[in-house]
Amino acid sequence: MTDTPYDRAPGEISTTAEAQRLTLSDFGIYTVGFVLAVILTAVSFWVANTSLLWAPGVAMGLVVLAIAQMGVHLVFFLHITTGSDNTNNVLALAFGMLIVFLVVVGSLWIMTNLNDNLMPSQDLMNLHMQH
Amino acid sequence: MNVAVAAYDAKQDAIAPASEAGPAPKRIVVAFGFWVFLLSDIVMFSALFAAYAVLARATAGGPTGAELFNQVNVAIQTAFLLISSYTCGMMSLAVSARQRLNTYMFALVTFLLGAGFLYLEVHEFASMIARGATPQRSAFLSAFFTVVGCHGLHVTAGLIWLAVMMAQVAFKGFRPSVDRRLLCFALFWHALDIIWVWLFTAVYLMGIRA
Repeated sequence: MTDTPYDRAPGEISTTAEAQRLTLSDFGIYTVGFVLAVILTAVSFWVANTSLLWAPGVAMGLVVLAIAQMGVHLVFFLHITTGSDNTNNVLALAFGMLIVFLVVVGSLWIMTNLNDNLMPSQDLMNLHMQH
Repeated sequence: MNVAVAAYDAKQDAIAPASEAGPAPKRIVVAFGFWVFLLSDIVMFSALFAAYAVLARATAGGPTGAELFNQVNVAIQTAFLLISSYTCGMMSLAVSARQRLNTYMFALVTFLLGAGFLYLEVHEFASMIARGATPQRSAFLSAFFTVVGCHGLHVTAGLIWLAVMMAQVAFKGFRPSVDRRLLCFALFWHALDIIWVWLFTAVYLMGIRA
């Protein structure tokens, strides 16, 4: 059953020859993923609280850390790989991420533009919000 | 189905391309279908996240995130959910190895951590509402309760699902249908943790700085 012609089910650890060259056991895969996720989470909380970093850059740093941790979860917990038995899963994921990107970035972009173009001034805006 | 499996086994020697090998086994079809559902669920969450990000500063003179969010609480919630994701992985390994006792044990740990996460979230919501920070107070709070509450509802559904699956393992054993459901549950639970990564990043950690 090693070289099935089918794509692997999402969430299943690959049993193909190329994947078995990795020396990690199944237990090791989850453990490495867990340790990496803990490190990334700890760094996120540190970045949000430290005053050592340039404040306006912190938000972007947090986003990068979250993307990295999402990658760790996908690879080590959901076992998404670039292997040839995983093409369908990766393509579905890529399409999902495209839609997520369009919805989030598109909304923020348009709404920021609207705020800049339509609001008379920040002071009036604040008054309006308060009353 | 059986004919397809027989044909599939016969072709094991000469590996045919997927297009010629007949229908894929049910396990792969079911898991892929569930994967597509999870991605559509994540797309739904992306709309809630976009709404939150747009409305995060619309506090209408009410309490802001920096005043409301308790970082220690969030850190404990994050730890609970991350460890439960790990024990869920351990449960998947126990299921593949057909170790009944380990399956129950890791499912129990996963369940308790998930329940602890929910307890902290309900506690947080209750204390916010007690301070007048209700969903009706501002657009920021409406968006906050929607996106965080929606994740909480998913966790609740996951806990019920996990309890049902353990009953099925107890009464039906590791038959293929139960196996497929356990695979889908593991996908669901890991996906919830990915959504929580974005929640604690975009809602809480960015909120306490704003």
